[in-house]
Amino acid sequence: MFIRNQKLETIKRLFFLYSVIHILLLSFFLSFLFISGCVKIDKGANAVQTANNDTAPAYGDTLVEGTIGEPSILIPMLAGDASSHDVAGLIINGLVKYDKDLTLVGNLADRWDISKDGLAITFHLKKGIKWTDGAEFTADDVMYGFKTIIDEKTPTAYSEDFKQVKKAEVLDKYTFKATYEKPFAPALTTWGNVVVLPKHLLEGKDITKSELGRQPVGMGPYKFVKWTPGQEVVLESNHDYFEGRPYIDRYVYRIIPDPATMFLELKAGNIDWMGLTPIQYTKQTNTAYFEKNFKKYRYPAPAYTYMGFNLCLKREQNTGRCIEKHPWFSDKRVRQAIAYAIDKQEIVDGVLFGLGSPATGSFVPNTWSYNPNVKKYEYNPDKAKQLLTEAGWRDTDGDGILDKDGRPFEFTILTNQGNNVRINTATIIQWRLAQIGIKVKVRTLEWSTFINEFIDKRRFEAVILGWSLGLDPDQYDIWHSSKTKEKEFNFVSYNNPEVDELLEKGRRTFDTDERKKAYFRIQEILADELPYIFLYVPDATPIVHARFKGIEPAPLIGMGYNIHKWYVPKEMQKHKVIP
Amino acid sequence: MITYLFKRLLEMIPTLVGITLISFFIIHLAPGKPTDVLADLNPKMTPEARERLEKYYGLDKPIHIQYVLWLKRIAKLDFGDSFSTDRRPVWTKIKERLPITILINTLALVLIFIIAIPIGVSSAVRPYSLYDKITTVVVFIGFAIPTFWLALLLMILFGVNLHWLPISGLKSMGYENLSALGKIWDWTQHLILPMTLEAFGGLAGYSRYMRSSMLEVVRQDYITTARAKGLAESKVIYKHALRNALLPVITLLGMSIPGLIGGSVIFENIFSIPGMGQLFYQAVMMRDYPVIMGILTIGAVLTLVGNLLADIGYALADPRIRTR
Repeated sequence: MFIRNQKLETIKRLFFLYSVIHILLLSFFLSFLFISGCVKIDKGANAVQTANNDTAPAYGDTLVEGTIGEPSILIPMLAGDASSHDVAGLIINGLVKYDKDLTLVGNLADRWDISKDGLAITFHLKKGIKWTDGAEFTADDVMYGFKTIIDEKTPTAYSEDFKQVKKAEVLDKYTFKATYEKPFAPALTTWGNVVVLPKHLLEGKDITKSELGRQPVGMGPYKFVKWTPGQEVVLESNHDYFEGRPYIDRYVYRIIPDPATMFLELKAGNIDWMGLTPIQYTKQTNTAYFEKNFKKYRYPAPAYTYMGFNLCLKREQNTGRCIEKHPWFSDKRVRQAIAYAIDKQEIVDGVLFGLGSPATGSFVPNTWSYNPNVKKYEYNPDKAKQLLTEAGWRDTDGDGILDKDGRPFEFTILTNQGNNVRINTATIIQWRLAQIGIKVKVRTLEWSTFINEFIDKRRFEAVILGWSLGLDPDQYDIWHSSKTKEKEFNFVSYNNPEVDELLEKGRRTFDTDERKKAYFRIQEILADELPYIFLYVPDATPIVHARFKGIEPAPLIGMGYNIHKWYVPKEMQKHKVIP
Repeated sequence: MITYLFKRLLEMIPTLVGITLISFFIIHLAPGKPTDVLADLNPKMTPEARERLEKYYGLDKPIHIQYVLWLKRIAKLDFGDSFSTDRRPVWTKIKERLPITILINTLALVLIFIIAIPIGVSSAVRPYSLYDKITTVVVFIGFAIPTFWLALLLMILFGVNLHWLPISGLKSMGYENLSALGKIWDWTQHLILPMTLEAFGGLAGYSRYMRSSMLEVVRQDYITTARAKGLAESKVIYKHALRNALLPVITLLGMSIPGLIGGSVIFENIFSIPGMGQLFYQAVMMRDYPVIMGILTIGAVLTLVGNLLADIGYALADPRIRTR
């Protein structure tokens, strides 16, 4: 017995030793890797220190942008996501583009004429522009793109604007004319890069099966090199770009799905450009390291967040016309009262850490169509209470919640899961409204469920959502009373004949003064009637490595518009591109 | 044996069809459609355009017809085209993510076995000792700790502060210009953190399994017999006990086969590894039905095959089962 135990002890010891040695060996192996890995420390940070006064533009270096989403297809008319459009936008240009001061200027088009009746636009294309495979870009390419985008068989989300075109003609190699059924003011802005296709590469082929979606050919500042799925898209500068060879030789679009990881990659110097969250912008990038190596930018984004009310209780099945109005929310005084009870600045400060501004309406600040002189609702709970009393809401049973005709003022705000900024906004609103005697519940829903089951079917009382806006002020789809059918976008069932008429007028004239008048009036009406409570306009907050010069961010359109003019002075260049 | 195999394979067919049927209906029950990516809250989208898109994807047909069409295609081993805007064949999308997923999972599995089996055996040999308790605590910490959190801590330490290891992704900038050896070295560096973490998280299950299996075996009469006839203790444990205790591991191996092509979404997202987990997650979020069904079908087939292989392996290793 004793002997056996002793033996067992030995075995135990042996096994123990084996395991320990094993783990030791393993960790030794690992630490060996770690240590030898440390030889090539940090390539990026040193470069900046050696900077001297010589900051002349120079060719070279690589720009690495970090992105959460991977592009899906690089043919703009087939793409639906922002990543695809970001990358495709560097490769393929449109006929027109927005300039720094938010005016529409020619891009592939040199200039354009609009006929006196406003029905026809004639584009005169720039001569001598070449696709990167050597073929010349001509009006035939625009025609081919136009035919493809209106083709029933093309799965595109952008065809509707082009279906307004009655007749499209190629007048000569460099002249393209589009004639519309009715004057359509947003028309000009639609001729961006979604409608430009290389005819010589696509003719007779099925666009959805074309390899151009993965290996695009364009004529923009950058040309396609390589796409490693799930990892990166690599572009290199187009030396024949018609606005001049871009200074930065390579552009890498690196896919990092996790925002926390992306921030660490930025910190380690492995990416040069990313968008920061409000907390990263205000709290996590104030260190000496970031101050020295990076530059932060901030400009208002063309978007706003709002709280929308369901103004209608019962709708006609097919037309979506309102049969029975919502008893509370259809009363303007109630909506105004809620607006007075919400402190927008507080939401901007608390939720966005100050990186945004209170919204006053549905139009983009800083554009020509934006009317700054509309009714604003400063935080004023007394006024809110007074308006509610006028509307018949009183706390008759003393439970702290207002009631009318025996029903307490309770409603639910819906918003989408995972969007913490919106959820926090809802929570602040909940707290503020409780102070004036309105009980609010907040419910978050998965995005698809939210849209398909609640927004589309109009099963909501109030929602917090956002709109990203184009720079053209046409908002027909959001406010016109005819756009209330299932899946259409006037889901709050706003109905105001004057607004309908002004929306119609605004899209039927090219006269900017006329349009401005119409849209200014619409904003006054919306600010008074408040179908939405316009909450805030968020700021875009990107960060770029300090070695990049020539970046001039413009409000709304951001920084990428002049990427071909960005450069890194010779001494600061980090990556050598080996051709 | 061959008739047995044949029978088992035949039995797999209705099971497989059942799995695909249930999967197909469940994913179609979830709210949302593949067209939502283009259409959701996009004011440029009219109802007509939406209908056209739905028709394009064949979503206007009744769901049972859609299933039959899918089944017909899959019978010819055609997974169809993805519903995402790139419209690439499902198999191409799966194929480009399979190698890296299989590589990582296989390496991690090997690592786990190499570490977990000795831990399990050594703690079973000295049950309830201090060593046993410590290893138990350590492996359970690995099991319980949230991977994403530990991953971030290690990334900060080794990637940002020490600059020893890359943080995420699979290759460095300038990978193309490296020598063959340099490329392997670059890969190794990128794989160290994910592999360590995956192994750390997986230790608990396998080592506990090994421990209990070993404990069970040491109590058996034939071990007492072996000791009684005076065999060296090392021989008792190695030859008699360990070999028997390893039998259930065969089952574990069989069950790990479908796991080889699966991946953890959190894990792959954190390390930016373009694996199957990411593909599946993105497909689910976009309601990309053909890709979802493709991955589920492959997973189901591998599960069934893994089960079968485990049974065969068991029969080969254990005479008691073979004779039955």
